This record gives sequence, C-alpha cells and structure tokens, in this order.
Amino acid sequence: MTGNDHHAATRTTDEPIVAARGLRKVYPGPTKGDPVIAVDDVSFELYPNECLAIVGESGSGKTTVARMLVGLETLTEGEIEVRGESRARGARRLADRRRWASEVQYVFQDPYSSLNARQRVGDIVATSVGLHAGASATRRDVRTRALDILDRVGLDDRFAEKHPHQLSGGQRQRVAIARALAADPAVIVLDEAVAALDVSIQAQILNLLADIRASREVSYLFISHDLAVVNQISERMIVMEQGRVVDQGRTAELLADPVHPYTRALRAAVPRPGWKPVRRERLAS
Amino acid sequence: MTDHLLRLDDVRATLRLRDGEQTLLNGVSLEIGAGEALGLVGESGSGKSLTTRAITRMLDPAFRVSGEILFDGASVPRMNAQALRRYRQRDVGMIFQDPRAHVNPVHRVGDFLTEALVRDRGVDRRTAERRAVALLDEVGVRNPEHRLRQYPHELSGGLLQRVMIASVLLAEPKLILADEPTTALDVTAQSDVMAILDEQRRARGLALLFITHDLELAAACCDRLAVMYAGEIVEQGAHVYDAPTHPYTIELLGARPSIDHRVERLPVLRYDRAAHELLKTEAS
Amino acid sequence: MTTPSTTSLAVARAVGSRRTAGLLRTTGGRLGVIGCIAAGLLLVIALAAAFAPVVAPYDPDFPDLLASLSGPTIAHPLGTDALGRDILSRLIWGARITLAGPGLVILIATVVGTLLALLAAWRGGRIDTAISWLLDVLFAVPGIVFGLIAVAIWGPSLITVVCGLAIAYVPYVARVVRGAALRERNMPYVAAAWLQGQSGPGITFTQILPNVQPIVVAQAVSSLGFAVIDLAAVSFLGLGVQPPTADLGLMVKSGFDSVLRGQPTEAIAAGSLIVLIVWCVTVIGDRLTSSARSMR
Repeated sequence: MTGNDHHAATRTTDEPIVAARGLRKVYPGPTKGDPVIAVDDVSFELYPNECLAIVGESGSGKTTVARMLVGLETLTEGEIEVRGESRARGARRLADRRRWASEVQYVFQDPYSSLNARQRVGDIVATSVGLHAGASATRRDVRTRALDILDRVGLDDRFAEKHPHQLSGGQRQRVAIARALAADPAVIVLDEAVAALDVSIQAQILNLLADIRASREVSYLFISHDLAVVNQISERMIVMEQGRVVDQGRTAELLADPVHPYTRALRAAVPRPGWKPVRRERLAS
Repeated sequence: MTDHLLRLDDVRATLRLRDGEQTLLNGVSLEIGAGEALGLVGESGSGKSLTTRAITRMLDPAFRVSGEILFDGASVPRMNAQALRRYRQRDVGMIFQDPRAHVNPVHRVGDFLTEALVRDRGVDRRTAERRAVALLDEVGVRNPEHRLRQYPHELSGGLLQRVMIASVLLAEPKLILADEPTTALDVTAQSDVMAILDEQRRARGLALLFITHDLELAAACCDRLAVMYAGEIVEQGAHVYDAPTHPYTIELLGARPSIDHRVERLPVLRYDRAAHELLKTEAS
Repeated sequence: MTTPSTTSLAVARAVGSRRTAGLLRTTGGRLGVIGCIAAGLLLVIALAAAFAPVVAPYDPDFPDLLASLSGPTIAHPLGTDALGRDILSRLIWGARITLAGPGLVILIATVVGTLLALLAAWRGGRIDTAISWLLDVLFAVPGIVFGLIAVAIWGPSLITVVCGLAIAYVPYVARVVRGAALRERNMPYVAAAWLQGQSGPGITFTQILPNVQPIVVAQAVSSLGFAVIDLAAVSFLGLGVQPPTADLGLMVKSGFDSVLRGQPTEAIAAGSLIVLIVWCVTVIGDRLTSSARSMR
C-alpha cells in the first residue's frame, strides 16, 4: 500500500491537468419521449505524467467522454477544465482551438481512415508542426522537426515521402502518434489506439507509448476495452458501464482483486491460461 | 486416414497479378476428425480466412487454387454444382464475424431461421418454427417466440450471433466453420457466445474449425490448435498453447500483455518473413 | 450501433480485404481497354482540332462555288457543301468550337459548383440549406432553357450560350461533389485536422478537396458529353455559333438542306462526329466515375 500512499502524496502537490466534473451527454432518442443517456455524471481528474485508463464495453460511453474532452462532442451538462480553463462550451475562435490542440491531442482507433490518403507522411506531420511552431519557424525548420518526430516514433527519413497506403497498420498508427506529438501536447487521448492492431504490432506500439513517457512529460487518457492492455500501460483506471462510472482505482489493485461485481465480470471474461468460457444467463432461457 | 471428416492436403492459392504472382496460401495441410474442434490461429494476412474460403470453394475467381480438400471422403474441388450446393447447405455451417452482414435486414428473424428448412428440406412451416423456437431456447435466447417476429436491427450483436448459431444448428451440419465469431463482441458476450457454441457442438458431436487471432481463446475452446504464418501452418497439435515449439508461436504468446502482471517492456516479435524463409531452408 | 471498441478487428479485417481488392484492381487498370480506345480517339480529334490551321487541307470559309455540292472526290475526300466549302476542313475547324465551347461550360460549372459544394459541406447548417435550395431550383430548369434565356437577353452568340449553359451545369457538379465532401467531412482524418487546430478553409482545401478531386474530374467529364449535345442543339437552332463560322451543330443544320438535294455527306459527317465525341467523353466519364467510387 506504500505505492498508493506515495501516489496520493504526489497528487496533493500537483494540480490536475484535466478536471472533469459531472459530465453528462444526452442524445435525442428515436422517439421524442425517450432520450439516450450516453454519459451520466462522470467525473475524473488527470494528473501530469500519468496514464489513466477508461475501461468499458460497447455502449459504456467511454469514447463519448474522450470526444467531449477534445471538443468532438458537446456537453449536455458538466464541466471540463484543462489547466484551469473551461472547455465546456467549445472553441469559438481558431486561436482557441489551436491553443487547445497544443494541450490535448487525440489518436483515433482506425489508423487507415484517420490519415489523409492524399498526403505524404512527412506532410501529415509537418502540417501539425507548422500549425504549432509559431510564425518565426521557416519551412526548413518545420520539415526538420517533422523528420525528427517521425524518427522518434521509429520511422526513418524514407517514410516521409511515402503515402499512408504504402504503410502497414502499425506504421500508420506510429504516424498518427507522431502527428499528435508534433503539437507538443501535455495530454494525449488514445481512443482504442491499439485495438485494431495485430498482437505483434500492439506490443510495439505499447512499448513506443512507454518510451515516449520516459523521454518527456505527457499524460495519457487511454480508452480501451482490453483489460490486459490496460494493465500493461495504465496506473489508474475508471470502469464505465452504461454511461456511469461504476468502479475506479489503481489499475493493478483493481485487476488483482476486483470488488465491484461488474469489474469482476469483466475480469472473469478475459481468456487466459486455464480459462473456460461461461454462459452468463443460463437461467434466462 | 478415413476417419477424418475434413482433410486439406497441400492447398495452395495464388493470386495472379499484372506483375507476377502472389502466393497467399502456401501448402496448407490439416485434418479435423468428426466431433473434433480445431483452432486456426493467425494474425491478419496469415491466410486463415482464405483457408475457410478455400474449404467452401468461395475464393475469388482471380485465385488459382491447387491441392486436395476431402470432406467425408469426397473431393470438394471436384464437386459439381449440385453436390457443392448440398455440401454448403447441409454439411458445413458457417458463422461469421459480422452476423449483421449475413442476414437480410428486411426479413424477420423467424423467416431467416426457417427459410432453408422449408425451402430445401420440405419441412412444413409450423414444424420449422417449432424447431427454431426450441433451438433459440437452447442457445439462451430469452422469449424465443417473440424474437422470431423481430427484425435483425432490433437485436444486439451478441443476441444476433446466437441466432446465427441457432440457424447453423438447425441445418444439422457435420462441421461448423466459425470465422472470428466473437471478434466484434464485448468480452462478456464473447465468453457467453463461445460457451454456447462449445456446449451445443459437444452435445451434437459436431466438428468445429474455429478461426481466430486470439490464441488464448482458441486454446480454451479447441482440442487442437494450428498456427498460421504467411499462408503456412507453422505448428499444429494439442501441445501448441502449453508447450509451443515453433519460434513464431513462442514469440506470439510472449508479445500479448497479461492481465495478471505487468512487464517493463513487452517482448517484440523478431520473427519475420526473412526468419521464416531461413527457418524453412534450414529445415529442408 | 457499432462503437469503436467493438469494431476493432472489423476494421483490421476490412483493411485486409481492402488490400486484396487493391491487388485485384491494379490488374484491370483505371480506364480499361474500351476507355483507352475512347481516350485515344478523343485525343486524335482534339489534336486535329487544336492544330486545325495546319491539319485542315483548305480554308474552311473559302467558297469554291464552281465545285459546290460535289460528292467525295480526291481533292475533297468528304465533298463540299452548298457553298463549295471543303467539308473535311470545316469538320476539323468545327470540332474546335464543339470541343472548346462545352469545355468552357464545364470548366466554369466545375469551379463554381465545387466551391459551392465545399462551402455547403464545411459550413453546414443554414448555408448548406440555402445552397441546396438554390441547386434544386437550378435543377428544375432544363439546361437548354438557360441558354435560350441568355440568348434572349444578350442576343445569339457563343459566349452568351456558354455562360447560360454553365449556370445550368453548376448543380450537376455541385450535388455530386457535396455528397462526396460530406462523406469526407465525417472521416476521422478531417476530425484529426480539426483537432490539430487547422482552419476551416485549410481543412477544406488541403484535406477534403484532394480526396474528392477524382469525383470532381469524373463528374466534369461525364457532364461534358451532355454539354456537347446541348451546345450543338443551340447552334442547330441558330441561336449559338453564327454562320459563317464552322461548327458541327451548324453543319448539321446547313447539311439538312443539302440532303434534299441528294448530298447527305455534310449532315452525316457532322452528326457522326458529334456522336463520336459524345461517346468518347461518356465512356471515359463512366470509367473515371467507377474508379473514383471504388477508391473509397
């Protein structure tokens, strides 16, 4: 438990980068009388240099929370602050949007549709660098920095001239991560960022994410349905079910000894040595 | 030899391209006995789905296919149109990753389930519906009579996959080909669907070819495993999960993060095409 | 409902089949055999028209009244018209206007239509509604009517008709491009650019436009065939190109009178060339359209 105490101690000295309180998202339903509540009263804090995972099954609202944080979804209710500045009402001006981009970045699940097929890899990253480099940077500076970032995610100069369709899924996801790093953000939201990848590629990307954290200060908000992956990458986790937070705590502790019935059910359903599939509702029939 | 239900012998599939050829199945040989479950495991592009399509002769015509596929002693490549139809309808049942893409969205669940029985087997509609209700009940679908009158879009993915299992069981095949049947499902639904599939298959003595990328899941549900890499089966047997011998299998098992413990760095696969070719030349 | 977490491997799988589809497609090529033939023919006609002063054996306007309405001879391979002008030379010169006029129509319509479509797709809301409404109104009026209205206001001339028809063709381009741009706008790479802090016009022109460009080109070429027919029809009615300028539509009309005098060559030759041009353009347009569709 000393690890936990230590963590609590560091937390009191640090201000959270992201503070979300009472997030709620309601979509108009198919008929007028029944709206769909996608997210209901979700609160969390993300501290500097930590990885917080949001875990849940489909329909749990975990992706909606992530999209609300970056402004891809509006909030029905609640408050999101990044470094003390409210983001609840969305960006009005381009300058705000650009400043926010330099604080929070986003990596999508599908590395195929999240890259512009008509742009070269070098240009994809350079576009992002150029937007955040400031007016004094020359084209040459931007280009050099883009190549440097590509190199840091394990793609050498040859890749800069390639188009996304010439790359494998893992290499594309590296480009997407490079594009996020180009904005020099304090937070990267990873929305199922390794879910579409093969096991062998998944391991490489998880290692890359760990390497990035070792070399610079950055926090991850890691959205995933995969408990094994979450166990590997995150320190803390939140479990969501049908739009609500049902469980949260230190990842290792929560997975080693789950108390909440939903967390237990999730944990029990993960295939592992000696595991057998179990029928959930034998009685239902 | 004769007691194998399905036997693939040196199956090759080559895609002809403008500049040369690409061999996507490179000598696949495997056997499944009656009532046996074989897990065919591989990453994307390894050829596992192409193998199932070769078994049902559903490969794109652009492929040149060679090798022998024997089902119950009959050669699948040499079947005429009538025999092939019978083979696909009665002998082999298929379950896909995305059930929604394989049901007609404008037909009710009941019509989908009973259609083949009424049309091809001459069973009257009443009997067919009674059988469908009984089977839905067995695969754990609550209130089956009501479900028969619903449309596919009203059912969740997990429920629809159970309907697919029921439809396959209704046809009373000898072999079930399940191609990533739980990949699109949540883990709890996956556990559920696999348990049902396993239980029903055992109760009826059906053979199963289970295609998946998940070694752990395959090991839990199958008698034997076959691991595919680059269009070849690199290792197969009952030992594969507990005591793998092929370097690719060993590395693949190691690369997956564990839910029980965390490692500093995940081991990364060093096995690639070059290592694969080298190993093959050394072996020969 | 497919949420991202559940589609994880569906994505990986779609990717795999996309790769195979790509392999299969490269064997076919983009235009196909017939498309290549059409493109080749069109190129020959366009080159001949472009270099008409060099290629044409005679001055198209020189009347050799002594040899009027001669049938095909060695000196005049396609014969002469009622005024004794060489039909082959007039065909070559006429093809110039028959290609350039509709080309200009489509160029204007494509630029205006694409800009309107991109604006509608990016801004959405009321601007989209207003633009869509405008396009619907334009759609309701047959293209040739715009040409006739323009003629009624500014008098018959090629430029007037081109401007009128260009307006008529805007919705044909804009509607297709708007649909494609809306599809692209909802793609994650556009959301990614937005999250990078790229400006609206920046995203429209560097992200969306390059991805709808194949559809823009395909739609422009497909519309070109219709524009050729419309413009020839207007000239045939005597409201577009004015005599004595050589134009295929006009030649069909003047050839009409010669038909009654037993010399159908002019009308047949000019009519056939129009049909040939339209066929080439339509085939190329079709191939480009299906290849643009299969790229998604």
